[in-house]
Amino acid sequence: MRITKSSEAGKQEANDIFIWLEPNEKEEIEIKLESVVKLQFGKQIEKVIRETLAKLGVTSASVTAWDGGALDYAIRARVETAVRRAGEV
Amino acid sequence: MRNVLGRELPERIAGYGEVRPFAGAFAHAGEINRKAVKVKGDWSSPNKVLNSLGEALEKCGLKDGMTVSFHHHLRNGDYVLNMVLDEIARQGIKDIKVAASSIFPIHQPLVRHMENGVVTGLYAGYISGPVGEAVSQGVLKNPVVMQTHGGRARAIESGELHIDVAFIAAPTCDEYGNMNGLEGPSACGVLTYPAADAEYADKVIAVTDNLVLYPACPIEITQEQVDYVVEVDSIGDSAGIVSGTTRITSDPAGLKIAESAAQVIKASGLLMDGFSFQTGAGGTSLAVAAYVKEMMKEKNIQGSFAAGGITEYMVEMLEEGFFRTLFDGQCFDLKAVESLRKNKNHQRMSMSMYGNPCNKGAVVNKLDVMILGATEVDLDFNVNVTTNSNGLLMGGSGGHSDTAAGATLAVVVTKLIRKRFPIVVDSVTTVTTPGETVDVLVTERGIAVNPLRQDVLEKVKKAGLPVKTIEELKEIAEKLTGVPEKVEFKDKVVAVIEYRDGTVIDVVRQL
Repeated sequence: MRITKSSEAGKQEANDIFIWLEPNEKEEIEIKLESVVKLQFGKQIEKVIRETLAKLGVTSASVTAWDGGALDYAIRARVETAVRRAGEV
Repeated sequence: MRNVLGRELPERIAGYGEVRPFAGAFAHAGEINRKAVKVKGDWSSPNKVLNSLGEALEKCGLKDGMTVSFHHHLRNGDYVLNMVLDEIARQGIKDIKVAASSIFPIHQPLVRHMENGVVTGLYAGYISGPVGEAVSQGVLKNPVVMQTHGGRARAIESGELHIDVAFIAAPTCDEYGNMNGLEGPSACGVLTYPAADAEYADKVIAVTDNLVLYPACPIEITQEQVDYVVEVDSIGDSAGIVSGTTRITSDPAGLKIAESAAQVIKASGLLMDGFSFQTGAGGTSLAVAAYVKEMMKEKNIQGSFAAGGITEYMVEMLEEGFFRTLFDGQCFDLKAVESLRKNKNHQRMSMSMYGNPCNKGAVVNKLDVMILGATEVDLDFNVNVTTNSNGLLMGGSGGHSDTAAGATLAVVVTKLIRKRFPIVVDSVTTVTTPGETVDVLVTERGIAVNPLRQDVLEKVKKAGLPVKTIEELKEIAEKLTGVPEKVEFKDKVVAVIEYRDGTVIDVVRQL
């Protein structure tokens, strides 16, 4: 399924992550990540975002994420909320 | 080579010299020779006031390659360091070494002087802000030498750190060089950081924005040590001099940590009449003080002294009789300045008196309990407060290592996870304070006691506190955060971390 309208969830705060979903012209998940822990956990954060989107059946979206050091469960919750707000689940 | 903690060190570092490896916290405590100071008597004028900083530099004969020093009681409101270095640059002098007791974000212009070769060396107890970032990126020619407060005093007294010209920001000063920090638009309280500078520098210049009639009583730094006085419009921004009102944390995790730390103190058996204590000015540290105060009230105890950077909270504890005395190395707020004016049991201490391992007895040696912070703690209880988990220089020991070594019970309080960073790690990015001097780690998810302190472990267990091994704490953290990938450094050493005895406990490399 494709994301067809933009949505957001979370806050740009320490220990939280802000997720902004937009439609992507291509049939793929594109992620732009800024994180205070990018050096140490950048790959892991991207992986969690991709896995969460896959689980919800999202195949096309453009994701912008500002991460203040959120733990995985917070990242999953923010991504899922953003998808639901986009009306896709 | 490796030092006793297993940290890899070069044998020589360009711009620093031969490395004396750290050999243990108490391996080199002891004997030094204090250096002799050349003093030239001057009866030529009853007035030492010069027209400008420029004139002062000329009279002192400041030349390429010399070392100038500064103190940081004006903290993030200090104008003097920038003002002096701008003048040095204007006169075309280069290759200057700056020996500052600490560097703050306000000292950003120093980056430009580092880039253009005016400043090529730096000594500091603590560095935060743009200067630390620039150093981490390799902007400074020679590595920064990070010292402890006590270690700085030792290095100056022994002549290991020779200061050609000391600049002392003086909130109040008279025309013959007597200074105090109690009055004036930039009042900062004590003037304890520059005590060794005033005594051992070849030349001493007071920079003031509050020139008063002779004598400027009560005098803290005295006329016989001072060469010249320069009057300027302003030495500092009062809003940056005192930190914002420091308040007890309202964060539940912080409160839980503080309460557990207080329970550890109680269990240690040290909480009795004559108890001595130091804590930081952060929200969690202050909360520890609040819990300790409650316990002191309950047990009807009066402590001998509280030490450190002094805040309103500690002043209240003094005035309410919980402690007989305050030992003050730095006033953090205006209430502390006011207390210094009126309370005769609010006692100044120089940094040598506070934490120098090579004198006849420092205040830290009389400390029962010290509450410390940490950016990282490793399985050997080594603590990092110098770099962040990204390897960026953003702090430093200050009194951390001095108090940990001196105190009977050194307790580190920290959250176990901060912005996804696990705080307990296999090996800290940079060692500031050696694990052998750190006794207990208190987090919101459990307490770990250093195996070297079986006596403390027994007492804490007996009190029914939630004790875990430090390995268990690390596992708990990593389960939530994942295992962090290692930060890559380049080879160039950008900072040398000196332990209080002057040996090298670690180095920081370029990012």
